[in-house]
Amino acid sequence: MELLAFGDTGWGDELFIATLMTVAVSITAIIIGFLFAIVFTPLKLSKNKFFNFIGNSYTTVIRGVPELLVIYLFFFGGSGAIMYVASIFGYNDYIEINAFVTGSFAIGIISGAYSTEVFRGAVQSIDIGQSEAAKVLGLSKFTQFYKIIFPQVLRLAIPNLSNVWQITLKDTSLISVTGLVEIMRQSYVAAGSTRDPLFFYSFAAILYLILTFLSMKLINKLEIKFSRGY
Amino acid sequence: MDFELMFNSFPKLLGATVITLKLLSVSLIAGLFIGLLFAILRLNKNIFINKFAYGYSYVFRGTPLLVQIFIIYFGLGQIEYLRSTFLWIILKEPYWCAIIAFALNTGAYTSEILRSAFQTIKPGIVEAGKSLGISNKIIFYKIQIPIAIRQSLPAYGNEIILMMKGTSLASTVTLMDLTGVAKYIISTTFKPIEVFIVAGGIYLFMTFCIHNLIKLLEKKYSF
Repeated sequence: MELLAFGDTGWGDELFIATLMTVAVSITAIIIGFLFAIVFTPLKLSKNKFFNFIGNSYTTVIRGVPELLVIYLFFFGGSGAIMYVASIFGYNDYIEINAFVTGSFAIGIISGAYSTEVFRGAVQSIDIGQSEAAKVLGLSKFTQFYKIIFPQVLRLAIPNLSNVWQITLKDTSLISVTGLVEIMRQSYVAAGSTRDPLFFYSFAAILYLILTFLSMKLINKLEIKFSRGY
Repeated sequence: MDFELMFNSFPKLLGATVITLKLLSVSLIAGLFIGLLFAILRLNKNIFINKFAYGYSYVFRGTPLLVQIFIIYFGLGQIEYLRSTFLWIILKEPYWCAIIAFALNTGAYTSEILRSAFQTIKPGIVEAGKSLGISNKIIFYKIQIPIAIRQSLPAYGNEIILMMKGTSLASTVTLMDLTGVAKYIISTTFKPIEVFIVAGGIYLFMTFCIHNLIKLLEKKYSF
């Protein structure tokens, strides 16, 4: 137990901060994922073949390639790509992107592919009569989507989005390979310096279990809130 | 774009694919047995057996695969007692540690898939079997299991693809699988995009094959 003491003698405070880091990366990643989903869901639903192709390629490639490979691509290729873009604008110094940004972007793109699929399914399962009725009532296109379709999509999507959240939360463990100090990385450091990997990795597993358990409770509450009126 | 590098790295990556496929197939077969066992335990009426099976699947589905591999590879070696038994021969090999972790992980997901498949079987089918005088054992093997397999095929196909992606984590315990070799080539040549296209292409091709294989099986077993 003294291994987990707060302060200089134990790893308690370090692991606590690392847990906050995991939560921060997960939240950033899932928000980035939602942004991707907002762009790619309309593309996937579009009747235009070209847009459709772009949307389908995104979800197929990301969901068919291991997360670790995507992370390596961003880790090794991220700053190169940014520097290339910067050089077009005449900036030639070395740019290093921080591990948090790379990590949450990589995980965000992965989680975006899953969110896109969830939103696509939810939009498709809404009866066409809903938007027809809204049209008949003379609502503008924006109001149709924002007030009629979107609330229903949200209600249908939340149970599946909770799966996406769990996947995202677990995927953040992979960005420990880039050196970002989240739960896995901190446990690795602690295990290395105390020579007690069994204890620290088991403790990391417990931390992840607590996180998944708490988020399930929270999501269940959200689900109740969004399914009111049905 | 460095096409020469892409061309040169292809055979190396293809060689590493063999290890990925080996890891995948061995852990899937082991995971299927584990999954079936725990699915049956989950359907048991005894509350302790039931809770035990539920706890197993909860823990393995609630924690990242990476933690599970690290506990088995780095953690178990720490127990002095284990080092003196024959288990150590297995546990000192990263290959077997990875397979144990993958099998336990996919076993947890498979048990959930099979459990829900068993639960969707209508009681009328089992009752019909009983009224024909078929023994419980034969009802289970000849009626319930085939229906459950059919029901769980789509979900199990997804699980195979997820597991294929999961095998990439073997590279974190020094195994040179497809991702491991890809990372090695990236870190020596600093050409991430080219290597990603080739390695990702191989992964996508495998995903494509698994997807179609499952579709074929679904057609074969549909009723």
